[in-house]
Amino acid sequence: MRRVIQFAVGEVLPTEEEVLMRTGVPAGVEPSAAVGALLHEACSRIRRLARPRGMFQRVSVKDFALVLRGAGRNAAETPLDEIVPRAEALALFVGTIGQEVVDDIAALFRDGDPAVAVMLDAYASEMANAVATDLASRFAGEIRDGACVLPYSPGYCGWHVSGQRALFAALDPHEIGVTLKESCLMTPLKSVSGVLVSGDATVHRFRPRWTFCEECVGRDCVPRMRSVR
Amino acid sequence: MSSLQELSEAVQRGDAAAASGATTALVGGDIGPADILNRALLPAMAVIGERFREREIFLPDVLLAARAMKAAMAVLEPLLLRDGVAKSGVVVLGTVRGDLHDIGKNLVSVMLQGAGYDVVDLGSDVDADAFIDAALDADAAVIGMSALLTTTMTEMAAVVRRIEERGLHDRLRTIVGGAPLSEAFAREIGADGFAPDATAAVERIRELVRR
Repeated sequence: MRRVIQFAVGEVLPTEEEVLMRTGVPAGVEPSAAVGALLHEACSRIRRLARPRGMFQRVSVKDFALVLRGAGRNAAETPLDEIVPRAEALALFVGTIGQEVVDDIAALFRDGDPAVAVMLDAYASEMANAVATDLASRFAGEIRDGACVLPYSPGYCGWHVSGQRALFAALDPHEIGVTLKESCLMTPLKSVSGVLVSGDATVHRFRPRWTFCEECVGRDCVPRMRSVR
Repeated sequence: MSSLQELSEAVQRGDAAAASGATTALVGGDIGPADILNRALLPAMAVIGERFREREIFLPDVLLAARAMKAAMAVLEPLLLRDGVAKSGVVVLGTVRGDLHDIGKNLVSVMLQGAGYDVVDLGSDVDADAFIDAALDADAAVIGMSALLTTTMTEMAAVVRRIEERGLHDRLRTIVGGAPLSEAFAREIGADGFAPDATAAVERIRELVRR
């Protein structure tokens, strides 16, 4: 099973509040008229330029073990080592919002208006996350009603970013135009990748107790676990 | 005739057109361009930085103020050059080798320019010697490095090490920033400074330039 999805921009367009929160504005803070104008400008640009698309493909636990092992540079123990054996189903995924937005952000920083560039960057990051969330939701729909699916990505929680190579070798996301650079970062930059893990909510629960948790400033594992309660 | 106060307020509320207009009006009067910079524009950005630290305003407001500052500087800069007024300093910025994430570095660039610094922006995926060579070419006092990934932040240590190897630590200071970084990490790798955000970066760099 290999699914390739071209999204309408409206399907994965983040809300203004999500975008503002990405820039560090607390929830509930009403933007001024000037900030509202920035949001409006960034929104019209992303509506015009974004080409959101994504794909996922089921993978067996055995085959995923090889992907997860990657180049052997993961932390000694990772949450996925606990989560995967409990999973009901797995799928590799890649999603992107396309190169056009990335180019526009760079051009705005270089020659134009950095304020709009920052807001557009926030829109783009949130949209890439929305693509991953949507892919997770579609995968859940193919498993069963009530399946809880969360994405997990190389570069986070002990899964070394070099694992991207094994992931891309297994999935080969050429249909959506995402490639891997030598540094294991993706082009276009506003892309997401990883494994979709399906099961009930308990599958995703773990105690963040590893060495890398001490250095983690994001700490988004807790709200993620809460999101599938 | 606009006043310095009106210009300062225009910058603080992020009104680029008003800031440009007020600056144009002021340069036609008897206040020198250096006074306009030092008594209105830089204090206005200092207020913005302080309000950001106190969480009275947030990043979009800071960016709007920086945009207004830029509009004012477009009027003022030729006159400052004419009068031989020195810039605050030169800073080389880049995202370290292996990392392509440049939003944080770009923000620091915007804020530094707003504070009167010349910025040499090397972009992303920059290796150690490229940072150092650019700093020497531009006669920069500070190298600012950014990284978003835990796997690339170690490259910052390589830059610090390379500065030592080339015997340049007395001449070049380093400051690091990025989502996964901490003050402890900066100390551990021997960087001269750490900044948790773009406005803090301007303050730390000001301190490093003074040293």
